[in-house]
Amino acid sequence: MSQQEQLPLSIDNLNYDHDDHTFQLRLFVTGASPNSSRAISNLKEICETFLKGNYQLEVIDVYQQPLIAEREQIIALPLLIKKAPGVERRLIGDMSNTNKVLRGLGLPAEN
Amino acid sequence: MRRNKTSCTMTNFHKQQHSFIQLPKTPTGITGLDEITGGGLPKGRPSLICGEAGCGKTLMSLEFIIRGATQFNEPGVFMAFEEKAEELTQNVASLGFDLNKLQHDKLVKLDHVHIDRSEIEETGEYDLEGLFIRMGYAIDSIGAKRVVLDTLENLFSGLSDTAILRAELRRLFNFLKEKGVTAIITGEKGEGGSLTRQGLEEYVSDCVILLDHRVINQISTRRLRVVKYRGSQHGTNEYPFLIDEEGISVLPVTSLKLEKEVSSSRVSSGIPALDDMLGGKGFFKGSSVLVSGTAGTGKTSIAAYFANETCNGGKKCLYFAFEESPKQIVRNMKSINVDLQKHIDKGVLQFFASRPTLYGLEMHLVAMYKLIHKFKPDAVVLDPITNLITVGSVSEVKSMLVRLIDFLQEMQITVMFTALSLNTIVSEQTDEGVSSLVDAWLLVRDIEYNGERNRGMYIMKSRGMKHSNQVREFIITDKGLDLVEVYLGPEGVLTGSAREAQKLQEKTGVALRDFAVSRKDKEIMRKRKMLESKISSLQAEFESAEEELNKIYLEEQLKQEIVERNRAEMTNMRKGSIDAENKIRSKK
Repeated sequence: MSQQEQLPLSIDNLNYDHDDHTFQLRLFVTGASPNSSRAISNLKEICETFLKGNYQLEVIDVYQQPLIAEREQIIALPLLIKKAPGVERRLIGDMSNTNKVLRGLGLPAEN
Repeated sequence: MRRNKTSCTMTNFHKQQHSFIQLPKTPTGITGLDEITGGGLPKGRPSLICGEAGCGKTLMSLEFIIRGATQFNEPGVFMAFEEKAEELTQNVASLGFDLNKLQHDKLVKLDHVHIDRSEIEETGEYDLEGLFIRMGYAIDSIGAKRVVLDTLENLFSGLSDTAILRAELRRLFNFLKEKGVTAIITGEKGEGGSLTRQGLEEYVSDCVILLDHRVINQISTRRLRVVKYRGSQHGTNEYPFLIDEEGISVLPVTSLKLEKEVSSSRVSSGIPALDDMLGGKGFFKGSSVLVSGTAGTGKTSIAAYFANETCNGGKKCLYFAFEESPKQIVRNMKSINVDLQKHIDKGVLQFFASRPTLYGLEMHLVAMYKLIHKFKPDAVVLDPITNLITVGSVSEVKSMLVRLIDFLQEMQITVMFTALSLNTIVSEQTDEGVSSLVDAWLLVRDIEYNGERNRGMYIMKSRGMKHSNQVREFIITDKGLDLVEVYLGPEGVLTGSAREAQKLQEKTGVALRDFAVSRKDKEIMRKRKMLESKISSLQAEFESAEEELNKIYLEEQLKQEIVERNRAEMTNMRKGSIDAENKIRSKK
């Protein structure tokens, strides 16, 4: 309970007008490269475990939309951008380090 | 003639060989850089430009892109890891480049790559495919032939996994080569001897250019050096370059070869006696002349005379003054009967006066280049080059003058330098060491003798013409400059009043001798007269003596006659047979 109380504090203090606490996530990948596949499966697992029912995940293949690379300032891939809630955060890599992903999403680390 | 022909075919042969070996190159369009690299950067390969912060890496690479787009019709992509596109646009707008228009015309694509470590969380394995896609898209969208990555090393500050980065860099360079673009990667100079902080030179092995920015004696000079250029010959020296309102200009020795045209026509020095010393005709057109001497020996006057003569002949002359202001020179030269003002008014003479310390040597050189290009003079005067030493070392001044002389000779412009020699020892050929470069060297020096100072002039050397080996006295009067022959007497060379005194002395000697001669003549006359009178008196004496003698003789004769007559009479009187006596007489 105490953990759940901490969570809204840390995020919602910054962006209170956000009624919706849904996590808006965009994952940029490059086709079916090993890193991309791993990132997709790792992220899905994390979301299912920690944010069940409270997230929207969009997976974008940059190969298909090269223009987006410049617009979104993409360099390293795979890239996860958390648009909401709170400030935008960028996470790169295959999402294998769960603690780092959680920290990046502003969630408490797994024990 | 024959030798020329062979050498000609030789060079042709070399050229042909060259075209086989020569790498295809992409001209940068940057003044001077293409000369050093023998045509530009290796085509279709990445090159590295490295240097400290603020040494001009970004500008050089950006100019490469812009010149490519505007001059060579090669579109280019500029990936900026440091500055934003707007900032870059503003920065080059001051150089007269309109990046917005070029972007609009799809000739240039600017892409600002933003990396901030604080915004990024690394959660595992990743690659830089995003950058590749981005770059690939940018290249394809405008058909780019040129790419710049400025400064790629910023990736290392944004991302922490250097192992991944290094692997990706290697892939990046392969990617660029595959794309067939000529790329420039810039990198910050690293600690110690390494060229870049992250060792980018390991990946880029074809062409590495090092930029440098040094401040010596409060005057900063930018320099460029081609550290490496695989498969091509290149200038290996450090070349100064500068950034001005027209972009970057690298100043190489205009050509690495010594193949300029020569002229055998002559130009007068303006002083007839000096022309006489130079085989009667003066200097060669397009040659370089050095006038050196100690302070106050009339170097500027000689230079002004030369300028005046050039202008009188309807030719144009450009006068660089590093010591006096133009007005000062004009006024001073009036005192020796040279009117420069009328040439200025006519527009055939132009002064360019600047303090040597105003800016660095390279700036001076560029200013001269530009003025010479604009004014197109037939003769150039630099007065004095020695003042440039205040802004550079002897070797720097020398290298600058080498380039200037080279440039002027290519343009067939006659140049006269004046140099102040602090040392009166002639054998010590300082003079900024240009004495070996110049074609003719006139030396004006003080000759101190007998409590006065006079100017002596002689020709140290004059390539390709017969010239006098004599020391002449150099005289500056109200009427102008002149050379007179010094007096060479048993006591050595005499000048000035000593020469005059010697002349006077000689004149006196002649007068005295003349006088003596006339006196002797008179004496002889007198003696002759005396003797003549003596002779006449003696003659008179002789005559009187003769007369006396004659008188006696006549008296004797008379006496005898009388005696005989008397005797005859006596005989008659004695009645002697006269007939008998007559017979006897007739028998007798």
